[in-house]
Amino acid sequence: MLEIRNLHACINGKEILKGVNLTVRDGEIHAVMGTNGAGKSTLSNIIVGNPVYEVTEGSVLFNGVDILELKPEERANMGIFMSFQQPVEIPGVSMTNFMRAAVNARYKAMGRDLLSAGDFLKLMREKRKIVELDTKLTSRSVNEGFSGGEKKRNEIFQMAMLEPVFCILDETDSGLDVDALRIVAEGFNKLRRPETSAIVITHYQRLLDYLKPDVVSVLIDGRIVKSGDAGLAEIIERRGFDWIKEEAGL
Amino acid sequence: MEDVARDFVDKDYEYGFTTDVETEVIDKGLSEDVVRLISKKKGEPEWLLDFRLKAFRYWVDLKQPDWGHIQMPDIDYQDISYYADPTAKGGEKSKEIDPELMKTFDKLGIPLEERMALAGTAVDAVMDSVSVKTTFREKLKEQGIIFMSISEAVREYPDLVREYLGSVVPYRDNFFAALNSAVFSDGSFVYIPKGVRCPMELSTYFRINARGTGQFERTLIVCDDGGYVSYLEGCTAPMRDENQLHAAIVEIVVMENAEVKYSTVQNWYPGDRNGKGGVLNLVTKRGHLRGANSRLSWTQVETGSAVTWKYPSCVLSGDNSQAEFYSVAVTNNFQQADTGTKMIHIGKNTKSTIISKGISAGRSQNSYRGLVKVAATADGARNYSSCDSLLLGSRCGAHTFPYMDVKNDSAIVEHEATTSKISEEQLFYCQQRGINTEDAVSLIVNGYAKDVINKLPMEFAVEAQKLLGVSLEGSIG
Repeated sequence: MLEIRNLHACINGKEILKGVNLTVRDGEIHAVMGTNGAGKSTLSNIIVGNPVYEVTEGSVLFNGVDILELKPEERANMGIFMSFQQPVEIPGVSMTNFMRAAVNARYKAMGRDLLSAGDFLKLMREKRKIVELDTKLTSRSVNEGFSGGEKKRNEIFQMAMLEPVFCILDETDSGLDVDALRIVAEGFNKLRRPETSAIVITHYQRLLDYLKPDVVSVLIDGRIVKSGDAGLAEIIERRGFDWIKEEAGL
Repeated sequence: MEDVARDFVDKDYEYGFTTDVETEVIDKGLSEDVVRLISKKKGEPEWLLDFRLKAFRYWVDLKQPDWGHIQMPDIDYQDISYYADPTAKGGEKSKEIDPELMKTFDKLGIPLEERMALAGTAVDAVMDSVSVKTTFREKLKEQGIIFMSISEAVREYPDLVREYLGSVVPYRDNFFAALNSAVFSDGSFVYIPKGVRCPMELSTYFRINARGTGQFERTLIVCDDGGYVSYLEGCTAPMRDENQLHAAIVEIVVMENAEVKYSTVQNWYPGDRNGKGGVLNLVTKRGHLRGANSRLSWTQVETGSAVTWKYPSCVLSGDNSQAEFYSVAVTNNFQQADTGTKMIHIGKNTKSTIISKGISAGRSQNSYRGLVKVAATADGARNYSSCDSLLLGSRCGAHTFPYMDVKNDSAIVEHEATTSKISEEQLFYCQQRGINTEDAVSLIVNGYAKDVINKLPMEFAVEAQKLLGVSLEGSIG
């Protein structure tokens, strides 16, 4: 589904990614772990086309199409979704209006008929329940006055509405208490279809306990230095990253 | 983000077409003779000619004010034609309305056939200097409501017009008010009798069509004791390279326990992307809350014009009277707006609210200018003002000029102001959800302006929302 080849990227002139190679197959949950500042967030932001980052070399193929030249909204409408590490607030714009615009764009791209206002609100109600999001929150402005945990649940709610085929969870577990983590993770699992793939960026094992990754890759200093199965995450949880650095000669 | 700006394609001004209709235009220039000619063409009584001449003689000695935060090309008042009549064919006034005129208003979304009208709305359609048609006059008349062009009202209800014309905005008020009083052509007259709630929205649609002319509309609304009316004004003009002058006066009188809601969607041609052409919109609007417990609200959505200079104001004389001003002013490219309100508290326990939202983009300049004045007599007066500015890009300007003059210790006057920017982060968040930048800007701006938009009558609120999006296309930076 997603194939990243020799990806180099920088922000404000500083090179962050130094040749990343990573493949995510259909239906695969691929965890990316690594030390702070290793480039995990850079990697996810580049996949979704954040203009703050500059790609200097390499390619990102999504189902065979190089998406690096596409606008962020075009990538989104192909079914690529990112759960933001720090979702931004948009005062004055209600969640309902925001979601309506997003769902309409996605449906258009999928060639589906647009939902009537009534059906749309019904869909909002249904999907809200998956992450136990309060009615009050969906009638508020986008992320405004949401607690950290509510913002993360709101991200998964949006995922539910947009039915992506490829998801990036960028530290979705950060700042969540145990209950909120369970709600978010179980929500994601409910939404997952057999063909849905995901990159899960996390520092902690507890999210992976729920999501059960097929592959775990370790990103250090702008490169993928080690990959393995779910067992690798458990070892990292116990022993940290130093042994991997040593192994890689860093 | 400046790159995003360049990626955009400006959408052309949708109403920039010209109607090809035989129009009688008088020679350019302004003099006592011209004032007399206008008055004669309209078949006016002596008292009105006197009113015009007094105003003209006063105006001649005045200088155009320059205190606004705007830079305006010099206006050559002798290079403007002060009267253009698209309903006069070959000099003869015809009884039938030219189908071209009907078509024009259809195209603007203002059908003049009553059977096709917007639900519950009566329209007075004014092109250049003349009212083309007023719909539902007869139906409204059944309840004693007078809704017609001011020219007709001068003939049919001279006493009423004479009593109130210039009573809220005297010709000595300011330069443009004097000019308008001398040469005003058409506009609407509304009278709501005692205890009558007007069952329809009343609206006037102003259209500039003829080249080289100015439009000087004059609107007068009188709402008698316990009456109610909601009134809406809309305006558009063709795209032209030269500036066109629009200097209007709107006067509103609100009696005891009466209520008037006045809404404007101003979409005059704003000029092109390089600041060429556009309407100079220099307008004096004021309401007098004469009676106790009277209410008046101004709601304006200002998206057009190269220059806007306008301060819809309220004089709160009646005890317990309440006035509101809700404004969204959008400027893009090289547009300039200096707009706000004046709230003059005279009566006891009077209350005013000001909500102003300025949105600037491109290289435009957008200023809020507002005065809150509390006279010594106004025990218990209250004002709340909130002025927000939203910037799109880094080359535009937003300014706030609040003035306060409080002479009564029991008054409570509050002022809040904020300035914000649409951030790259917000735009990117929308894009990641599949919403393109134009739609994202429209969404964010409409969210920002919704407190004001919600005050508009339903049908026009929808129009205004679209207009906000269109006006800002090509703007994000």
